Amino acid sequence: MNNYEKEKGVVSEFDLAIVGGRVIDPESKTDRIADIFIRDGVIKRIEKPKSKLGAKETIDAKEMIVVPGLIDMHTHLREPGREDEETIYTGSCAAVAGGFTSVCCMPNTHPPIDNQETVKFVYEKAKQAKCKVYPIGCITKNQMGEELTEIYDLVQAGVVAISDDGKPVSDPQVMRNALEYCRMFDLPVISHCEDLNLSGSGVMHEGFVSTSLGMSGIPSVAEEIMVARDIKLAEFTKAHLHIAHVSTEGSVELIRQAKKRGIKVTCEATPHHFSLTHEIIRTFDTNAKVNPPLRSKKDVEAIKKGLADGTIDCIATDHAPHSIEEKDVEFDFAPCGMVGLETALGLVVTELIEKKILSWSQAIAKLTINPAKILNLNGGRIKKNFPADITIIHPKTLWVVDPTKFQSKSKNSPFGKKRLRGKVFCTIVGGEVRSRE
Amino acid sequence: MPKKQKIVLVMDAKAVERALIRVAHEMVEKNKGAENLAVIGIKTRGAYLAERIAKLIEQIEKVKIPVGLMDITLYRDDIQTKLEQPVVQKTEVLFDVVDKVIVLVDDVLFTGRTIRAALDQIIDFGRPKNIQLAVLVDRGHRELPIRADYVGKNIPTAKDDRVNVKITEVDKEDSVSIIKQ
Amino acid sequence: MKLRSRHLLALEGMSKDEITLILDTAETLKEILARPIRIVPTLRGVGVVNLFYEASTRTRISFELAEKRLSAEVVNFSASTSSVKKGETLKDTVRNIEAMKIDMVVVRHQASGVPYFLTQCMKASIINAGDGAHEHPTQGLLDVFTVREKYKRIKGLKVVIVGDIKHSRVARSDIWGFTALGADVSVCGPTTMLPLEIEKMGVKAYSDLDQALEGADVVNVLRIQLERQRGSLLPSLREYSNKFGITRDRLNRLNQNFTIMHPGPINRGVEITPEVADGPHSVILDQVTNGVAVRMAVLYLLSGGEGKVE
Repeated sequence: MNNYEKEKGVVSEFDLAIVGGRVIDPESKTDRIADIFIRDGVIKRIEKPKSKLGAKETIDAKEMIVVPGLIDMHTHLREPGREDEETIYTGSCAAVAGGFTSVCCMPNTHPPIDNQETVKFVYEKAKQAKCKVYPIGCITKNQMGEELTEIYDLVQAGVVAISDDGKPVSDPQVMRNALEYCRMFDLPVISHCEDLNLSGSGVMHEGFVSTSLGMSGIPSVAEEIMVARDIKLAEFTKAHLHIAHVSTEGSVELIRQAKKRGIKVTCEATPHHFSLTHEIIRTFDTNAKVNPPLRSKKDVEAIKKGLADGTIDCIATDHAPHSIEEKDVEFDFAPCGMVGLETALGLVVTELIEKKILSWSQAIAKLTINPAKILNLNGGRIKKNFPADITIIHPKTLWVVDPTKFQSKSKNSPFGKKRLRGKVFCTIVGGEVRSRE
Repeated sequence: MPKKQKIVLVMDAKAVERALIRVAHEMVEKNKGAENLAVIGIKTRGAYLAERIAKLIEQIEKVKIPVGLMDITLYRDDIQTKLEQPVVQKTEVLFDVVDKVIVLVDDVLFTGRTIRAALDQIIDFGRPKNIQLAVLVDRGHRELPIRADYVGKNIPTAKDDRVNVKITEVDKEDSVSIIKQ
Repeated sequence: MKLRSRHLLALEGMSKDEITLILDTAETLKEILARPIRIVPTLRGVGVVNLFYEASTRTRISFELAEKRLSAEVVNFSASTSSVKKGETLKDTVRNIEAMKIDMVVVRHQASGVPYFLTQCMKASIINAGDGAHEHPTQGLLDVFTVREKYKRIKGLKVVIVGDIKHSRVARSDIWGFTALGADVSVCGPTTMLPLEIEKMGVKAYSDLDQALEGADVVNVLRIQLERQRGSLLPSLREYSNKFGITRDRLNRLNQNFTIMHPGPINRGVEITPEVADGPHSVILDQVTNGVAVRMAVLYLLSGGEGKVE
């Protein structure tokens, strides 16, 4: 319903109005019914309900939750190189369908984002994208873990962080240098923590399930040993370390202690690591093969606790598209990764908010302002004069995941047929509606 | 479903006993003694009948003849069409069948398929001199060219009637009845 | 009584009754092996493919004999995974086999879960002949069968499995099979070869062989795989042999009338001394004979009909 335009004499001085919704902005601790008015892609006014202001288009957000546009700080868009699995465009379609207005793409493409040209390529392609795309650059050339990339060049070209995600930086000296060097630019170094000698030929979490299935396991300590190392290096170099996809109880505890000691460390967890355990591997579903692997119930509980007490700053998808051909093979031979952009919010609502692990405001902070702050992005807020990146959520809607309906080019999700609560109603990027139910 | 069934008793214990005695005598007569004779009963009830016939022959001729027990499950021709595999029971033919006169014993002769399976199985054990067939009841409706050499009683039946043979060793009494559908 | 599944993928989750049905059937079928003509026409017209992605002599031959003795049509397909990895995917291979109207597939593969994967992409009954370090259910069944044949029971027997438990599919199938029938099962091996949380499978775990053997009835000695020494799970075979080798001296800890088993092939002098392997308590060759009967039972019981015309 649009009461505003009907009002005689009111000039539509705004492009878009979102009215009647419950606006949650974690940074300003806002949680109230309010109307938002947007012009030229920017939030211009936030008013009490039933204001007399008018707009060319009005979205009725009654019974909806209006939050800052979600930011996924860990996405694999596969372009350049594996456009058969995902492109920057299709990935952005999946993003807005999932409520994300910004995604940060990991550099393990072919070629990898380890030089200015590739960063520029991504930005060029991103002009057609439905959401904002921020590239992350490599730490080392070709992700070989040996020589640092031209990080200053990458920063100039606009990377928001550096990471060799998909692979760890095994040599501690290289990691030390990366952290030390990045301190100059106040650039976070995102670490994929995995000791490759310990993970070895492992294909799943090492525990009772791997024991009974006879699969080679990846022990928790393979992750924890590098989390501990990188925390020590961050403490030593005073640089900003961000730990990607934390999956074990021990890692959460190491980060908790590091934060207590004032070390500049932040971290993220993925929706699958707080929703699934290694038990799902009993069906040999290769879509559940991820790295780090799905862990035990105890680890899942620890992740939830880490999210609740603030040890874990962000929720990031680690959206990793793979073709059906690559996944429809023997479990041992399947690549790691699952798509996540279109199920993330539903899992957050179902597994965290509904189960009272996090409040709406806490959960949204981990998907908006926290990653924005870590990566120095101009977003993650509903605030006057900030970009109008806004996500409107229908919190009560119950829906069933159907991967065949995903916008993403790839369908590798183990959540098919799962019932989730909380669905994206509308995604607005720079004041434009980019996805609407 | 439970239509009215009609049960007709066609042989009581006495009749079964008389039939078996007659069959035993016929066997000895036809084979001119029991020298080279052996009986093989088809599980489950035929096996007990075979043992009884062997005992009767022993009484008549004072000769102990070999008794074999045979389960024909593995030789059935309908095994792959069944939803549930029948339980395979032990086959015990502990004597050499080569050059023997083998009398197969079963309770009811109906389509002849069981006998076909039993014939195939005996031949896999060796080459008998000849094979004969003894049944307690022949109820007709053959689907194969098979005929019994010794019949306890011929009973005319409709194809969908059931013939229920009871044997003391299994069913606590000897009797044969027809269940009319 | 019938089996709940039309596939045999694992002994995990199989009930006591199901296992007993297979063992009882095997006991009956074993008699066929003593006949002058060791063949019955039961599976005439049933097409069976032995799909072996991993080298195997005895298991493949045992299956092939079992199939032939039941008169099945047998086709063998062996492939080294390395060549398969480069070329056709497993799924494509399987679809081709399916198109040839095959009724049953016996599969061995070095990756856990492949038999399950096959059930998802074809209609045939799938029999697991060993998948990775997961399970080798027919070996587990023949081990239980051999022990049951000797003792006439399984319940209450103390069974010890010695060796590289972590990488052994035989150990897993034996654990599920023996525990389902009420045996008291222990595993014993170097700590590096005992997988995490193995006790949750319902067994006791030891690294002291003498302690494990105390009062045991059955000792199943696993093959130590020389090719698995990468990752230094073991300093040397010599050291393994000294600490875990089954020698005559160690046998006095066992119960009288004990039994020595080995799934083969044996590394004589490494995990077991020749005098024990060939000694009076060894049932190693009985295991091989029983393997054929057990596999015949499995083939017979799974050959019936779901998906076929009644």
